Amino acid sequence: MAKLRINNIDIEVEDNLTILNAAKKYNINIPTLCNYPDLHINSECRICVVEIEGRKGLVTSCSTPVRDGMVIKTNSPRVLNARKTITELILANHDSNCNACAKNMNCELQNLSSVLGIDKSRFESTLEIAPIDEDNPSLMRNPNRCIKCGRCVIVCKEVQSTNVLELMGRSHALTVTPAFGKFLSSEECTFCGQCSSVCPVGAIMEKDETDKVWAAINNDNKRVIVQIAPAVRVSLGEELGMAPGSIVTGKIVSALKLIGFDDVFDTDFTADLTIIEEGNELIQRVTTGGTLPMITSCCPGWINFAEQNFPEILPNISTCKSPQQMFGALSKSYFTEKVGIKKEDLFVVSIMPCTAKKYEAQRPEMSVDGKHPDVDVVLTVRELGKMIKQMGIDFKTLEDTKFDNPFGITTGAAAIFGNTGGVMEAALRTVYEVVNKKPLENIDFKDVRGLDGFKETTVNLGGMDVKVAVVHTLANARIIAEQIKNGTSPYAFIEVMACPGGCIGGGGTPYGTNTSVRQKRIDALYEVDGAMAIRKSHENPSITKIYEEYLIKPLGEKSHHLLHTHYHARKVKHNEDKKNVMATY
Amino acid sequence: MLLDMILNKYPAQEDSLIEILLEFQDAKSSHFISEAEVKQIASYLQISEAKVCSVISFYTFFRTEQKGQHIIQVCRGVPCHVTADINIVKIIEKELGIKVDETTENKKFTLEYTSCLGLCDKAPVMRIDDKIYTNLTENKIKAILAEYRVYN
Repeated sequence: MAKLRINNIDIEVEDNLTILNAAKKYNINIPTLCNYPDLHINSECRICVVEIEGRKGLVTSCSTPVRDGMVIKTNSPRVLNARKTITELILANHDSNCNACAKNMNCELQNLSSVLGIDKSRFESTLEIAPIDEDNPSLMRNPNRCIKCGRCVIVCKEVQSTNVLELMGRSHALTVTPAFGKFLSSEECTFCGQCSSVCPVGAIMEKDETDKVWAAINNDNKRVIVQIAPAVRVSLGEELGMAPGSIVTGKIVSALKLIGFDDVFDTDFTADLTIIEEGNELIQRVTTGGTLPMITSCCPGWINFAEQNFPEILPNISTCKSPQQMFGALSKSYFTEKVGIKKEDLFVVSIMPCTAKKYEAQRPEMSVDGKHPDVDVVLTVRELGKMIKQMGIDFKTLEDTKFDNPFGITTGAAAIFGNTGGVMEAALRTVYEVVNKKPLENIDFKDVRGLDGFKETTVNLGGMDVKVAVVHTLANARIIAEQIKNGTSPYAFIEVMACPGGCIGGGGTPYGTNTSVRQKRIDALYEVDGAMAIRKSHENPSITKIYEEYLIKPLGEKSHHLLHTHYHARKVKHNEDKKNVMATY
Repeated sequence: MLLDMILNKYPAQEDSLIEILLEFQDAKSSHFISEAEVKQIASYLQISEAKVCSVISFYTFFRTEQKGQHIIQVCRGVPCHVTADINIVKIIEKELGIKVDETTENKKFTLEYTSCLGLCDKAPVMRIDDKIYTNLTENKIKAILAEYRVYN
């Protein structure tokens, strides 16, 4: 323990804490623009400087550990003056047109300059306008707003191991871009959007598509239906001023009805369907000597990553479409037939915690008629929050409403699809009972729960012990993918989610996501699961009905056409490059 | 071919990056590292292209486009700036008819700034390729450039 003094208060904290975290423990928040919980310290922004008695210069509190006997001032005139100057320098190289920025009122730089009382900048703007990167379906990158804090670079490199974004150049000419200053669309970006969730300003954000949804809702010729992903019900509350982990399922349905959606459905329904298809696919692969381990396919960030980096293991990935796309395919086949409307008159919106889902929805194979996308527009949780605010809905006091049918009855197994380990647990609940033909004694698979990056368990299926694993973040996914590539993977079934914590930590969830927030959202999803009358996908009566009425049987011809897909290797091959290189000599 | 040969000399680990870049740029006749070459280096070292670009962009001596036969680098350090009662860059610009960061039409010279060359006591200083020229005056600069035009 170290005893020290911060702003005339004597405190005692553990030795290895930084000054920033020690002060936080005693209710003093030192401002910072680059420090982010869960990410490593990079001391890029210098905003968190403090004064330590006996030291000549100011030090960055984010990277300086406490020492016994330190006397620290976090708010002396000298500190404030430095902080103000640094902020003004950042502003001089920043597009400060705040009213024309979607991060307005939600921006850490704006908040800081307001707290510091910056009224005018003493420095002339040195901003050189760079082009905006928005030719991909998921993300918008505006370099003119970038303050070079480096958070996105760290998340891209260390959490996701993709390393698409990097700091380029140095000093005043420093920028954050992909290789050769290219756009994200031309790089190996998975569109996971983790960069957008840590960006302190509006430099990387999801592509706003709310306009398209408003237009569809106000078009009388369109029937506009919406699906909400499992993670949305435990994260949207935060966007509207509620505590992390608030369960707002019924309120979301009410809000979507008020906004004007004709039918409000639950992606959980197709999550249950995914379990039936994927579970049967697993059983088929195990019993007929198919490619193993089988890997889940619900996560579009993971699919992009595998297609770009591990073409060898594409046969291992389940051919099941994600729940979002199964929903889209059924909407534009089963649903349009059932209600008797033309496919082109149906507009399908999905609300997702994810930016990669925007990319997934526009993949050419995600279209049952080959002309129209099955899911027309994907909105993130943040975009839905915006629409609710635009509609002027008082969200907190809304009454609960139930989902519409036929895609409204769901199970607890589907709810936990939104967190790491959830798809695995849901699958095991079904596969165990189908294979062993007896009910599970304990349906909670605790070994695969929690925020550990890598989890495994063993299940007895038909007298055979089967090893399964669960990973989240793409850095961990890379490890299991390498194992499979090298033929050393001991598993039969692996769940992969690209974002830390799974979908509840997705790139499209409310800002400020960190480990404690992720845990609260996960706890909430298990609470939803526990409260459900039915907790196993194969016991969902609507699922039984849709097979009877329409799909006939799992992995059948109709399923194959509507619910399954295929993947393509997308990386530019190294060998092709080599030819180019040789030609230049 | 050249790049393959150089890559094979180094272990496939991230620390080899700068040495590979230096040796390759020096050995290649056009003295720059192309996009395709960055890809090949990244793939060999199993790091991202962005990482290679980041390192190249950090150091002024790495180039990603073709430059002139001779690279003139004028020191931008403070002593060189304040010692001279002449503006070296202006003189060279006038002499060659190009601006900083440009290359002459005949591809003979490229003019660049560089950070401190560590010869502050002999300021003002410039470097042409590997050769350093100190205590520069207008006449000296003209004579040096004339020599390069004729003999190199």
